[in-house]
Amino acid sequence: MKNYTLKLSGLEPLIVTPETNFVNIGERTNVTGSRKFLRLIKEEKFDEALDVARDQVEGGAQILDVNMDEGMLDGKEAMVTFLNLIASEPDIARIPVMIDSSKWEIIEAGLKCIQGKGVVNSISLKEGEEKFIEQAKKVKMYGAATIVMAFDEDGQADTYERRIEICKRSYDILVDKVKFPPQDIIFDPNIFPVATGIPEHNNYAVDFFKATKWIKDNLPGARVSGGVSNVSFSFRGNNAVREAMHSAFLYHAIKNGMDMGIVNPTMLEIYDEIPKELLEKVEDVLLNRNDNATEVLLDYAESVKGDGKKKERDLSWREQDVKGRITHSLVKGLTEFIEEDTEECRLLFPEPIQVIEGPLMDGMNVVGDLFGSGKMFLPQVVKSARVMKQAVAYLNPFIEEAKNGAVEPNGKVLMATVKGDVHDIGKNIVGVVLGCNNYDIVDMGVMVPTQDIIKKAVEENVDVIGLSGLITPSLDEMVDVATEMEKAGLDIPLLIGGATTSRVHTAVKIEENYKKGQTIHVLDASRSVTVVERLLGKTSGEFVSEIKTEYEKVRVNHANKKSQKRLLPYDVALENKFKIDWKAEEVYKPNFIGNKTFYDFSLTEIIPFIDWTPFFQTWQLAGRYPRILTDEVVGEQATSLFADAQEMLAKIEKEKWLTAKSVVGIWPANSNGKDDVFTYSDESRTEVKDTLHSLRQQTQKAKQLPNFSLADFIAPKETGLQDYIGGFVVTAGLGIEPYVKQYQEDNDDYNAILLKALADRLAEAFAELMHKKVREELWGYAKTENLDNEELIKEKYQGIRPAPGYPACPDHTEKITLFNKLNATEEIGVELTESMAMYPAASVSGFYYAHPQSKYFGLGKIEMDQVKSIAERKGMEEEKMKKWLSPVIN
Amino acid sequence: MSRIKEELKKKILVLDGAMGTMIQQYQLGEDDFRKGWFEGHDFPLKGNNDLLSLTRPDIIKAIHAKYFEAGADIVETNTFSGTTIAQEDYGTQGKVYEINYHSAKIAREIADEFTAKEPNKPRFVAGSMGPTNKTASISPVINDPGYRAISFDELVEAFKLQANALVEGGVDMLLVETIIDTLNAKAALFAIEQVFEEKGIELPIMVSGTITDQSGRTLSGQTTEAFLISTEHAPITSIGLNCALGAKDLRPYLQVMAKKSPFLVSAHPNAGLPNEFGEYDETPEMMADQIKVFLDEGLLNIVGGCCGTSPAHIKAIANLASQYKPREIKNN
Repeated sequence: MKNYTLKLSGLEPLIVTPETNFVNIGERTNVTGSRKFLRLIKEEKFDEALDVARDQVEGGAQILDVNMDEGMLDGKEAMVTFLNLIASEPDIARIPVMIDSSKWEIIEAGLKCIQGKGVVNSISLKEGEEKFIEQAKKVKMYGAATIVMAFDEDGQADTYERRIEICKRSYDILVDKVKFPPQDIIFDPNIFPVATGIPEHNNYAVDFFKATKWIKDNLPGARVSGGVSNVSFSFRGNNAVREAMHSAFLYHAIKNGMDMGIVNPTMLEIYDEIPKELLEKVEDVLLNRNDNATEVLLDYAESVKGDGKKKERDLSWREQDVKGRITHSLVKGLTEFIEEDTEECRLLFPEPIQVIEGPLMDGMNVVGDLFGSGKMFLPQVVKSARVMKQAVAYLNPFIEEAKNGAVEPNGKVLMATVKGDVHDIGKNIVGVVLGCNNYDIVDMGVMVPTQDIIKKAVEENVDVIGLSGLITPSLDEMVDVATEMEKAGLDIPLLIGGATTSRVHTAVKIEENYKKGQTIHVLDASRSVTVVERLLGKTSGEFVSEIKTEYEKVRVNHANKKSQKRLLPYDVALENKFKIDWKAEEVYKPNFIGNKTFYDFSLTEIIPFIDWTPFFQTWQLAGRYPRILTDEVVGEQATSLFADAQEMLAKIEKEKWLTAKSVVGIWPANSNGKDDVFTYSDESRTEVKDTLHSLRQQTQKAKQLPNFSLADFIAPKETGLQDYIGGFVVTAGLGIEPYVKQYQEDNDDYNAILLKALADRLAEAFAELMHKKVREELWGYAKTENLDNEELIKEKYQGIRPAPGYPACPDHTEKITLFNKLNATEEIGVELTESMAMYPAASVSGFYYAHPQSKYFGLGKIEMDQVKSIAERKGMEEEKMKKWLSPVIN
Repeated sequence: MSRIKEELKKKILVLDGAMGTMIQQYQLGEDDFRKGWFEGHDFPLKGNNDLLSLTRPDIIKAIHAKYFEAGADIVETNTFSGTTIAQEDYGTQGKVYEINYHSAKIAREIADEFTAKEPNKPRFVAGSMGPTNKTASISPVINDPGYRAISFDELVEAFKLQANALVEGGVDMLLVETIIDTLNAKAALFAIEQVFEEKGIELPIMVSGTITDQSGRTLSGQTTEAFLISTEHAPITSIGLNCALGAKDLRPYLQVMAKKSPFLVSAHPNAGLPNEFGEYDETPEMMADQIKVFLDEGLLNIVGGCCGTSPAHIKAIANLASQYKPREIKNN
């Protein structure tokens, strides 16, 4: 037989011959698998992201898997940016790249960046033969090898027969029709979990081994790869068993011919060192050697792990002493026995307060340690806090009676969402986490004016002030709070947090306005405890000077970076606008013109449109839904959180806790060929009713790439075409307050936060649904669309619905025009705050653009010349406009 | 099988030498670069040698003839910088089709004349495709390593235009040469495949990389073998190395190429390394001595010269090459 050799290259060659040992694929530069990497990419901390890649190479990875599939990222841009940066790092670029994406356009963009011969991950027959052939041809022309998934039109192969059938078919098409080099084909015949308790899964590993052998024997040249850790999902949390399973699996897979794979080296036991008894049981399961292998291994796993993880309700922990039981309840978040145990404790101590100081705080310290070391996740901590609060509430009447003072907290923290902003989920989470660590929280709620914050801080003599906000104008409000604190002569440390805040903004814009006290940016709730502890601890001075040095560095870097940014003059950017070749057949006359209100939309219809991935992000659990439910690290927590969410969602739906309302409009419109869009009173188009103002990208573009503005997507008047623009406001937050209040009174922050997070998801889902309705019915330009929710989330439809305040149009003040046009406040009760936040918080608004070439983009930075121009066109004072746009001004 | 592939089976083919060095000897002025084509052009054009195929075809033809007389089997078209990207510096990107088409045509004419005179020694034309002056995987801005002055797509477009014109002008093969950034070369190969597919033809492709210095790497950082692997997917006839180094320094990398390549192997080194005045002073005899080492080791199928080489160098090399058998492909 011909001796096929797979040859890959980065700056150096990687030759895989039949004699080559297993090839290790580095997997940490993958946003779907690494929370850390995702965060670094999102925050554009590319230096650190490159360090992740470098660690992989130094750790022995022979191929670097790069994946940027994440809803909140522009995957294509992130892939290109990262691959270009890798190319400049010889110690990383040394090894070949694996371009990993479920989107072909990202794969293709990646292929255009690598000089070496990389690997595509992956293509398959999933979308039919034609697409498969087309993609394979391209892969070949770009000069890459490819992973081929055992996946076809009917789904993923899960039996031996299906695996070999699909692999054979794929191979024949590739070799005969595409003339793809056989040695450049790498099959991934699907590694699935075994020992799940479902009998059909018992043979999954055997089928994989057999399929691997079959491929190697029958498809000359082809290689086999796979993600190994999948196989042991059932034993999440039991690393002893998992590691044994991975090595045993690899041992047999390699024996059968597996060539390469994604393996976390730290999750691998040496085959020969697996205890005999465990190995035998593991192999019984993997090789499906007897019918009760799964049960035997499950039982044995308990003994290996030590702390019973049985499926049936296990109350053995009730046999511990009362302190142990309290700790158990706190760690597990169980409220069922807490009052009973607290009462028992109370009788043991002379003073009720000592129950808090003693057993309860001890238990919370365990929680704090576990969270700090990454062994507990945020939803669990919030549940622990619920248990703690209930115990304290139970003790309060006794403490009052005894009247001998309260527990000494570690410190007092004032928390507030700044003026004009209504978002508080993040702030509440931070409050809970700090509360868990025995800090006294003074929560001032949302839309808190600066003077109130200062007054309260002085009155309550707080140790730390924490500010939160989600929308961009809140950044300015925070600067204002800092300035006023300085004037008031305060020196209380100031913490800054929230989705749009950043270390750079804090260092450059806030810290310098508040010299007397220290300002610190807190990235997420899990950091808040460490930061506050260090601020109030013995080494506070040291910590503050560390921060000061760090922020000084940030400012210097920022200043240097700023001078490098080359922006185009506004008129040049206008010249380089996105030029659509306007055709009458691509401008659609809507079925409906005017405004339409939906006063009580069915929640049942909205629920299927929920995109769950951001829901998990709210709880700081990273990963894509539904894969996150089986994720190695957070899967268990995600599953439990998801179950709670489903339960509450059912109640919201059945008992009508929330009312969903929306108002949408479609209006005759034409652009002026520049950045203004006129909307007309009627189809005669003689009277301009309102003018919408768009912002245009001013960044220096590569040749032939335009500088986008949303106005480019509306037909200019001079084309003579009758175009339209739409707008919408939807809310799913009406009626939420009494329920939130009830939960808070019950000391149940967990459910209070859960409810708000769900209302947010419903509002987003509602916006998605309304957009579909507009596309298919009201405007009706896309009647034939037949997309499932997954495809909706991926924005596979025609037309866009950008929201003022988000990347394509960061100008929040366009909401004023939008709300006026829709009469939204009167129609559906959504109000705009002075910072242009919408109340209820669970609301979404935006514009509809229908042209097939309209697309989302990020505005990036703009220059003062454009600010002047838009201020003039809008009739707004330049200073005011500058303030609103300050986050995007260069 | 094409005529050239038959010849390559029989013997080592000889490629021509430097074009620039030869043009210098004519001591041309600005007018020579404008004549009949660019009389009123806004920018100075002197030094843009590719234009001479249009404005002074007599000179280019004479140079081709000198190399054929010296014994070369293949001459390269005068199109090293014949892409819209490289011509943009002179504002002459609008004439790229003409540059390539006419360069191919005049080389074809001279080659056919020589073949007619000496039918048992057929002469060939290789369409020269240089690297352009921009790199797709290296940032020109030191403190912005992610920046790229050119994209893959832009390169494909430019190379397509060039390859198309060369083919229409009648070249026998295409030579993607002096590759300093493999991604640029991949774009060129991508473009060539598209042109072939559109035209329904397939000509031999020669690929030639450049090892910049003693580190043994291309400018974009690849080792010889990594470079080979990165271009292997294309339907290549020969792969090799040219420029930057003299024959002596090129030897270790050429050995790697000869050992690993599943294709024919070529080399066209410089006449040594430039001296402090930027001149190449390896004599024909000195260079032939070095080339002899390659031939003794059986490394080559195609051999010629790059910077600093003249018809005299090619004559010495041709005499030598005729005494050796070509390398046999053992790999794959």
